[in-house]
Amino acid sequence: MSILVFIDHADGHFKKTTYEALSYGAALAKQTGTQAEAVLLGTVSEDAASLGKYGIQKVHQVNQEALNAFDPQTYIRIIAGIAQAIQATVIVFSHNSSGKAIAPGLSARLKAGLVTGAIALPDTSQGFLVKKNVFSGKAFAIVSIKTPVRIISLNPNAYPVVAGEGSAEVVQEALAPEAAKVKLKSVVRASGEIPLTEAEIVVSGGRGMKGPENWGPIEELAKLLHAATACSRPVADAGWRPHGEHVGQTGVAIAPNLYIAVGISGAIQHLAGVNRSKVIVVINKDPEAPFFKAADYGIAGDAFEVLPKLIGAVKKLRGLA
Amino acid sequence: MKILVCISKTPDTTAKIAFTDNNRKFAADGVQWIINPYDEWYALVRAIELKEKDPSAVIHLITVGTADADPIIRKALALGGDEALRVNADGQDSFFIASQIAAVAKDGGYDLIFTGKETIDYNGSSVGGMIAALLDLPYISLAAKFDLAGNSATIVREVEGGEETEEVSLPLVVSCQKGMAEQRIPNMKGIMGARTKPLKVLDPQPVEALTEIVSFELPPTKKGVKMIPAENAEELIRLLHEEAKLM
Ligand SMILES: Cc1cc2nc3c(=O)[nH]c(=O)nc-3n(C[C@H](O)[C@H](O)[C@H](O)COP(=O)(O)OP(=O)(O)OC[C@H]3O[C@@H](n4cnc5c(N)ncnc54)[C@H](O)[C@@H]3O)c2cc1C
Ligand SMILES: Nc1ncnc2c1ncn2[C@@H]1O[C@H](COP(=O)(O)O)[C@@H](O)[C@H]1O
Repeated sequence: MSILVFIDHADGHFKKTTYEALSYGAALAKQTGTQAEAVLLGTVSEDAASLGKYGIQKVHQVNQEALNAFDPQTYIRIIAGIAQAIQATVIVFSHNSSGKAIAPGLSARLKAGLVTGAIALPDTSQGFLVKKNVFSGKAFAIVSIKTPVRIISLNPNAYPVVAGEGSAEVVQEALAPEAAKVKLKSVVRASGEIPLTEAEIVVSGGRGMKGPENWGPIEELAKLLHAATACSRPVADAGWRPHGEHVGQTGVAIAPNLYIAVGISGAIQHLAGVNRSKVIVVINKDPEAPFFKAADYGIAGDAFEVLPKLIGAVKKLRGLA
Repeated sequence: MKILVCISKTPDTTAKIAFTDNNRKFAADGVQWIINPYDEWYALVRAIELKEKDPSAVIHLITVGTADADPIIRKALALGGDEALRVNADGQDSFFIASQIAAVAKDGGYDLIFTGKETIDYNGSSVGGMIAALLDLPYISLAAKFDLAGNSATIVREVEGGEETEEVSLPLVVSCQKGMAEQRIPNMKGIMGARTKPLKVLDPQPVEALTEIVSFELPPTKKGVKMIPAENAEELIRLLHEEAKLM
């Protein structure tokens, strides 16, 4: 009996969400009196044994370069095999692009009940109850998983990374490679930028920014805060900003520690994607803008006057000015 | 070419989210229902575009739901698609829904199965991946672009901080999101035509759900906003630093 955590990596590095999933898996193992192990498919340039500091005992690695080109079907087959071999009772993913590609198929293959987008440790005192986001952040559901093997995918930024001491045993799993049906042709990564769903701070602009040429201060503030940038839907639709930045009910859903909304009115569909942010700051020249009702801090003022002041204040705080 | 588009019904994006029955049921009274935006704007419209390029293509729509899903599936037919299938059952959980769709698709000869990225009510992102596994087909999730050349699909998939381009042979299952297509509005001809398109009602397969929602909760209400005068905007950074401890 054990908990199995999926280790997600890109370009040779573990993703931040992997540390969250490992910490979550380790806490769940403690809660249920078992041990946490992890599965790593492909090659990484980092030390897999060091992942022990997040509380896992063992890493099962299939050290094949071919696996770096992510093919969900192959991943599902291998993870299912390892999960069965170690009699995993819970399998943990991050609810990110990899988890979304693998966890559902694994669930169907193992007939293991799946809850995606979990935001807290399960309640195992009676059955197995997992809290998840539903209605695009407007509510939570408590979902009971009724099968003996369970799969959870954890929302990014919902569970803290807990690092301690320790080293994991890395076990190399020999597996016959199988021709993948999906061929990865190319990967484009915006280098140096913080992925929106993983960012702890997000600075976002709406139609109030008037045009793409005015995004300088948003980008500057984001850079100073090590934040990602986002935007409202009409901004992406108008081509002022890339589609990947559109947050909301029909865009990306995020839950950063701090969301700064500039020139965004706060329509219900926009809020649906950002209302799980821990602290919300709204800057809008209209003091009646609905967004203020969902905010923790607000400034009723012109973005083009307020932003330079904020940039100046952050620079001062950081000793840059 | 045969395409199956999975259509689900969700509350309108502005619907008030509330619960009844001791927080066990969504309060559906007075709620407007719509086609799940991802299913309509991206999955269905991309399928229609593929048919416009290849008029021999056939589009089937499928929904797992009771008769109250009929207006939604008719609306989807008005946008496009040749016939609709409704598996007459309450969609108990993602596995139940996927199993019903997989059972229909198994001998349906579909080259492509499109789903939305996720439903905006359950937010599962699960049904497509489950259908693919049940049919042992490749699954490409979060597709933002889809192009077809003969039997080979080139798909751009959004991943954290970037995108991946992948090539796969049909048949396959794709979950669709923004970028796949431009939203369309049904026209009069489509609406009239939809009335005579077939809508077949199928009996469900006996499948056991793997999960069950036991209750809902609403998020705690915010304490209220602390306003900072615009002239004194720098104060915000001090508060974020000292009070909210965020910097
Ligand atoms: C089915 C559906 C799904 C949708 N999904 C999404 C979604 O996922 N995400 C999303 O964002 N929207 C979504 N929308 C659109 C949503 O309803 C709103 O139209 C949109 O969020 C408005 O964007 P905005 O706030 O940038 O623009 P506006 O509503 O035009 O607001 C601009 C704001 O900027 C302020 N402003 C103007 N000038 C300044 C200035 N100089 N300084 C400071 N403030 C200024 C104005 O007071 C105003 O409040 C959806 C709509 C529908 C129908
Ligand atoms: N009841 C249903 N009937 C048909 N298709 C569905 C149903 N529920 C979900 N889907 C499809 O599966 C996608 C993902 O749903 P979900 O896993 O619930 O987020 C949706 O966008 C639909 O395309």
